[in-house]
Amino acid sequence: MMRFLIPLGLFLVLVGFLAVGLNRDPHEVPSPLVGKPAPAFQLQQLATTDKAFGPQDMQGKVWLLNVWSSWCVSCRAEHPLLVAFSQQGGLPIVGLNYKEVRGDGEIDVDVKKLTPSDELKLVRQRAAAWLAQHGNPYSLSVLDIDGRVGIDYGVYGVPETYLIDKHGVIRFKQIGPITEEALQDKILPLAKTLESQS
Amino acid sequence: MTMRTVLAVAFFLLTSLLVTSAQAKEAAPLSDDPVVEARMMAISEELRCLVCQNETLAASRAELADDLRKEVRRLIREQKTDQEIKDYLVSRYGDFVLYRPPVKPTTWLLWFGPFVLLAFGVAALVVFLRRRGQLTAALPLSSEDKKRAEALLKEKDPK
Repeated sequence: MMRFLIPLGLFLVLVGFLAVGLNRDPHEVPSPLVGKPAPAFQLQQLATTDKAFGPQDMQGKVWLLNVWSSWCVSCRAEHPLLVAFSQQGGLPIVGLNYKEVRGDGEIDVDVKKLTPSDELKLVRQRAAAWLAQHGNPYSLSVLDIDGRVGIDYGVYGVPETYLIDKHGVIRFKQIGPITEEALQDKILPLAKTLESQS
Repeated sequence: MTMRTVLAVAFFLLTSLLVTSAQAKEAAPLSDDPVVEARMMAISEELRCLVCQNETLAASRAELADDLRKEVRRLIREQKTDQEIKDYLVSRYGDFVLYRPPVKPTTWLLWFGPFVLLAFGVAALVVFLRRRGQLTAALPLSSEDKKRAEALLKEKDPK
């Protein structure tokens, strides 16, 4: 009897490992930033030219930082959800516009030849046009033109979304588009508990 | 040569040409300082590109890899040590960027698991061999078996 039970047991263990391993998405790399303070930055806003924004401006609020770009296809997929969510007045969403011009592989301008001011102009124009077309769920958007802030946040695939608490600590990171399930099952319950904390 | 071999040779030449040109491109030095460039390459050989996960940061041509190589160059110019540069990336992207995961409680299974399995295997083998040795050595013939054996021997012995 043991002769058959031992190989069978080993086989079942192997199947168990494969079942867990193969159902994981290797593109979802757990972020070491969850539980750590959101990296500081000062970036110019999309809507106004004279005001910068940093995460410290959101002290005392629970908020979402959503990394987006007009060239990002998955952003388009999650966008209607964000727009609907912002209309319900859930949480403030700040948009981090990530490498709007430099990240676009199909842009028909030679990015290296652009002067910084021309690039900035193009970034503003493209980002604003995209929001006008698809709706603007953001209380404000900031411009990460060269992607340096993205690196500080460990961004490696747009869209990504961070849930940040009242003390500026990152509590959750969504890699890839936000789904209805992720919003209802993870982000909103967690945001609720965070809001009730002082 | 048949048409087939000509085609095969042509295909081979074409692909090898493509491969060499691809390799030449990815090594294109972007820094003026060869020392910085060499160190950058050495460090990024040890780091994983997060976009195309089975490529090193040195080999990847993904946008992000390019940005991260720029960061590594900047940090080298700031006189950071290799360890500091790796820590910088780990603090943002996690241990996953390291091709050699660090030895710590969560990776003990990864590092020592194979040796534990090996020890189990050796132990099982030793137990098995001992048992078998005992079985074969310690089984004396019963008197009945002896009689049967003798009877069989006699049968074969032609008198």
